[in-house]
Amino acid sequence: MNYSNLFKTGLAAVMALSLAACSSGSGDNGGSSAGTDTAAAIKLGASGPITGDAAVYGLAVQHAAEIAIEEVNAKGGTQIELKFEDDQADGEKAVSAYNSLMDWGMQISLATVTSGAGQAVAPNYEQDNIFGLTPSGSSTAIIYKDTVNNKDPYGVLFQMCFTDPNQGTASADYLAGHTELGTKVGIIYRSDDNYSTGIYQTFKAQADKVGLEIVATETFINSDTDYSVQVKKMADAGADIVFLPIYYQPASQILVEADKQGYTPNFFGCDGMDGILTLDNFDTNLAEGLYMLTPFSSDATDEKTANFVKKYQDKYGETPNQFAADAYDCVYAIKQAIDNAGITADMAQDDITAAMIKEFTSMTFDGITGLSMTWSASGEVSKAPKAVVIENGVYVGVE
Amino acid sequence: MKGIINSLFSQRRRGRTVSLLIVTIAFIVLQAMVMSKSLSRLLISLLVPVCAYIVAAIGLNLNVGFSGELNLGQAGFMSIGAFTSVILSGILNANGISGIPVLILCIIAGAVMAAVIGWLISVPVLKLQGDYLAIVTLAFGQIIMSLINNLYCGIDAKGLHFAFVTNDIVLSEGGKMLISGPMGATGVSTVSTFTAGFILVVIALLVVYNLIDSRRGRAIMAARDNRIAAESIGISISGTKTLAFVVSSCLAGAAGALYALNYSSFVATKFDFNSSILLLVYVVLGGLGNMSGTIISTAVLVVLPEMLRFLQNYRMLIYAVVLIVIMLVSNNAFLKTKAEQLKKKLAAGKKGAAENV
Repeated sequence: MNYSNLFKTGLAAVMALSLAACSSGSGDNGGSSAGTDTAAAIKLGASGPITGDAAVYGLAVQHAAEIAIEEVNAKGGTQIELKFEDDQADGEKAVSAYNSLMDWGMQISLATVTSGAGQAVAPNYEQDNIFGLTPSGSSTAIIYKDTVNNKDPYGVLFQMCFTDPNQGTASADYLAGHTELGTKVGIIYRSDDNYSTGIYQTFKAQADKVGLEIVATETFINSDTDYSVQVKKMADAGADIVFLPIYYQPASQILVEADKQGYTPNFFGCDGMDGILTLDNFDTNLAEGLYMLTPFSSDATDEKTANFVKKYQDKYGETPNQFAADAYDCVYAIKQAIDNAGITADMAQDDITAAMIKEFTSMTFDGITGLSMTWSASGEVSKAPKAVVIENGVYVGVE
Repeated sequence: MKGIINSLFSQRRRGRTVSLLIVTIAFIVLQAMVMSKSLSRLLISLLVPVCAYIVAAIGLNLNVGFSGELNLGQAGFMSIGAFTSVILSGILNANGISGIPVLILCIIAGAVMAAVIGWLISVPVLKLQGDYLAIVTLAFGQIIMSLINNLYCGIDAKGLHFAFVTNDIVLSEGGKMLISGPMGATGVSTVSTFTAGFILVVIALLVVYNLIDSRRGRAIMAARDNRIAAESIGISISGTKTLAFVVSSCLAGAAGALYALNYSSFVATKFDFNSSILLLVYVVLGGLGNMSGTIISTAVLVVLPEMLRFLQNYRMLIYAVVLIVIMLVSNNAFLKTKAEQLKKKLAAGKKGAAENV
């Protein structure tokens, strides 16, 4: 037994790591700095899950933001430097990520990718007066302090995506206007999830208003792995359209279960469904005919979208999802505001934030997730929702 | 003077003195660094959560290390403390009380609430022999998480309003939601400070060491080491184990309250099974029954993933590798014998020196 060798190797590894950890303490190096090293670069921070359950979202945002930054910097003019930190979609880790970004000297932020993390750091943004534009944090708790009445906004945080309530309302409106998809609505949602219950509640309220018939409502919780009961109840109730305001991992299992039971209604999801085609070990044939409400479809033929999709595919070998598109738009919207207001890296933080807020509440932005986007003073975006359907493994826009 | 120092470092009290020294020195150094602004914001933001995790881990170590019962629901007790304190701080804030009194009252309330629930659980379970406590606490953690995930609580001029599963609370003007189901606690006024965290750690250490050194503490260890022998000399097994468990959950509740009042928003799923296991990892890595070890391992393991941020996507991978390496190294038989030899040598040297004098 050569314990001493094992020990020496282990000790060496630990020491090397701790040395490396020390060097990171200063916090100035490393990071996914996709910008240039010129001193005048504006520091753009972002945090999202690049490890853990929701990593698909964080990675999509990170990749797309890097592409956008490269493009922006290649054009010359104001340079932007991006640093992306991992927050594992967790509030506590998001606060750490935020502080790590502040140590680095963040001036403008893409806030957080996920809602739960975003609501935990939102007060920090207000306190430090940092402008944040979240690509995909859709909860109202990110931009409002009072989430009961959606009043009292933080004022420094803006959203690129729809809020959860808007998604629920828009979904109900869409189904009411497209009765060919189905008239008997079944709903399966996750009762212990902020995103899912948020959409469900407004969907239900709007469905009652527009006269949609909801025949069955079933719930599940995070650690559930068996959805046979929920799917069976949908089938028994005769639902011919099943609304799934949930993330794509459980949705994929519901699709598998429905296939097993030979139950074939139309399925309709929201932006959390995005990513289902890139899920490992999932037979994407099962997702054929799945509808989802998303402002981005990768098959769009306009020049901007085609360029972005091509670059993303070339670099990462995947078709970008809506989170990626939102992040891409975020960088361009921030760039537009920077140029309009003439913001430079050496301006005082309060001036940068004030100028960004002034621009965002007054400018109109054309991106790949919508045209003529505007923002309200409370930070909500206004753009037209679109629906897509999965055909032959790709998103196809539908009327 | 020398006599006092000798008694402080005597066989019996050495653990206590070393633990308190470590904590105090760490506090003074860190506080000085905070004052002189030489600590990064990242590390400053970690000070309070580290204190909270240390208190919970100390409690868990009492339960796992001294009482010998496996507890897989420590995060559940933290959760109880956390959400109790959120509700209480909402009430106090509505009545115009803020600052340190809120923190103190909330920590006490969180600790009492967790202790009461811990007692309720332990009464039937600890009468049994075997691993039942592990199973029950595992289930308990999940149940608490699910319950709080569906709990809605708001406060307005008329008082507290509660709802379950569906949020049908209608608040009057000026009302505020304290807990909104899966959205968790929102708008908590943050009053936790590092100093409060330090004091709580010291209190936790004093409580645990005083308990261990007391007659009841000896009974707890006797019950762990040989149940039959302990019973034969008249020790109530379930009574002593219950005491250890209740103190453990009480400390977790206090830790939860400290944690809760440090973040303006947090969700119930934060205190899931993984968090309980993580606390158990801190305890096992620090050494069962070794409080100083627990404190150090907790601090290192909470801070380590943040320090590994420069590794980007490989961060959690490396974290796991480091964890495995530490486990292997610290349990290495060769190393242990070396350490023993070193200890003996040192002791012999001291004795020799004493004789020479």
